[in-house]
Amino acid sequence: MKPASAADLRTAGPTPSIVVSGVTVRYANGVTAVSDASFALGPGTICALVGINGSGKSTIFKTLMGFLKPAKGMVSIAGMEVRDALKRGLVAYVPQAEEVDWSFPVLVDDVVMMGRYGHMNFLRIPAKADRDAVDDALARVNMLEFRRRQIGELSGGQRKRVFLARALAQGGQVILLDEPFTGVDVKTEDAIVGLMRDLRSEGRLMLVSTHNLGSIPDFCDQVVIINQTVMAAGPTETTFTQDNLQKAFGGALRHFRLGGSDLHDDADGRRVTVITDDERPLVLYGERDREKLAGGDKEGIARDNPKSERQT
Amino acid sequence: MIALLLEPFGYQYMVKAIWVSALVGGVCAFLSCYLMLKGWSLMGDALAHAIVPGVALAYLLALPYAVGAFLSGILAALAMALVRVRTRLREDAVIGIVFTTFFAIGLLIVSISPTSVNVQSIVLGNILGISDEDVVQVAIIAAVSLVILVGRWKDMMLVFFDENQARAVGLSPTRMKILFFVLLSACTVAALQTVGACLVIAMVVTPGATAYLLTDRFGRLIVIAVTMGVVTSAVGAYASYFLDGSTGGMIVVLQTVLFLLAFAFAPKHGRLAARRAAGAQVEPAV
Repeated sequence: MKPASAADLRTAGPTPSIVVSGVTVRYANGVTAVSDASFALGPGTICALVGINGSGKSTIFKTLMGFLKPAKGMVSIAGMEVRDALKRGLVAYVPQAEEVDWSFPVLVDDVVMMGRYGHMNFLRIPAKADRDAVDDALARVNMLEFRRRQIGELSGGQRKRVFLARALAQGGQVILLDEPFTGVDVKTEDAIVGLMRDLRSEGRLMLVSTHNLGSIPDFCDQVVIINQTVMAAGPTETTFTQDNLQKAFGGALRHFRLGGSDLHDDADGRRVTVITDDERPLVLYGERDREKLAGGDKEGIARDNPKSERQT
Repeated sequence: MIALLLEPFGYQYMVKAIWVSALVGGVCAFLSCYLMLKGWSLMGDALAHAIVPGVALAYLLALPYAVGAFLSGILAALAMALVRVRTRLREDAVIGIVFTTFFAIGLLIVSISPTSVNVQSIVLGNILGISDEDVVQVAIIAAVSLVILVGRWKDMMLVFFDENQARAVGLSPTRMKILFFVLLSACTVAALQTVGACLVIAMVVTPGATAYLLTDRFGRLIVIAVTMGVVTSAVGAYASYFLDGSTGGMIVVLQTVLFLLAFAFAPKHGRLAARRAAGAQVEPAV
């Protein structure tokens, strides 16, 4: 994927940031989806948003997109109110695959051009700058050869890249990605991660909701773990820990510990911990709670998840 | 022979019927492009039936019929919203209950009150007998709607395709949807005169559905649908002179014929193309 082009530099605006402070969001039916959530992110960041289904991930996204208004607290993007940030086209959104109507009669080109609407006049007639931005964006995600395809004719990975290209064409400084790795092969995932790293070095801010726990330490420098509220937020090294994950996921997380005589015939002091939310698992090599279990763990596979324990 | 073919143009009422039908057919076809993509096709049907009591009352009180139609359309929409929020019924049941209720009330009003308007002209349309005041109303509604649609078609497409992105470029999806439904109600009112309440649904679904089989681009979809709407409406009105049949019936039959042709022969999405594609594969498509 190509480095930043002139079109991207032209659209560089205010410094991207997200500040969520003390935010409570209630739905019309009275259900409180998120309460007293706070976190802050700055430019040049890839932040993972982690939590079980129903933990409030999509509520946070909807609030950042101005779709839901917090009942309490405040949200600001690049130092502005959400509405003003949206008006300036600072926030780009890469939707989940299920949210898109793939049979809609639009070509790849048309979708990427939708990212430019905010830059166009009232009648949305594209100028040369808009066409250039679309070309650049498609080139960056290696989708130029598919530009005349109807979006439903693409593979899962290609579909993702189209919407990434739209976010690029928009020049969004804050990019929200909803489950970008679902239904995507490993090669495409690597390509997307590579592109996100490039965008980070350009100073953009990305918030990624994902169940793909295993990839998070690879490319996210910040993590926000939520379960109705923010359970933990901060740099990946200090925040993305087994303790924090267990707090947020509780029994919903599968958690295997392989050690003892599991991997070898003789009892082995080393151990591997696998934590998975049913996608790519988080594998921890090492010594955590070794003392506690050393020598005595003949059971081999210990399951912290009571549900799977019942199954065995 | 040529004299015979030109005969309808010698009558002012025929000329009027042809151009009014074409105009209405065009705008309805424009709206159909959006309606059928959202799975909202039956909303058009519901609206057409729901405005019948308004039209009947307006005639009774000697008001412009568009006013009555519009008010009862809004009332029906509110009633649907209320029933949906207050019960656990599904959308199709709610629509079914509300629009049949409104339609029944409309029929009752028309049948028990001695007015100049008869049931048939509301239910089946009566473009050949349209009054000059009605022509003005229909023409204004259709022209204004067309201007708005031509100006905002891309924004509406974005809202219908991806509300989040619409928001991300600073549009208000709610406002656009309200605009769309206002236009839809207005055009349904206009179409009531040409094809009648029962066949309005065809005008706001078939052209879009046909064009959808023929293209993968929204811009072309609109061009094809509107062309089809204009041509079938004009030709339908013209042909009804010779057949001495219902104009609305003629228009909708023509549209259906075009739909069937597209269904069979469309280059990419037609049945024949699908069969060819399936035959080309080594394994039969599941």
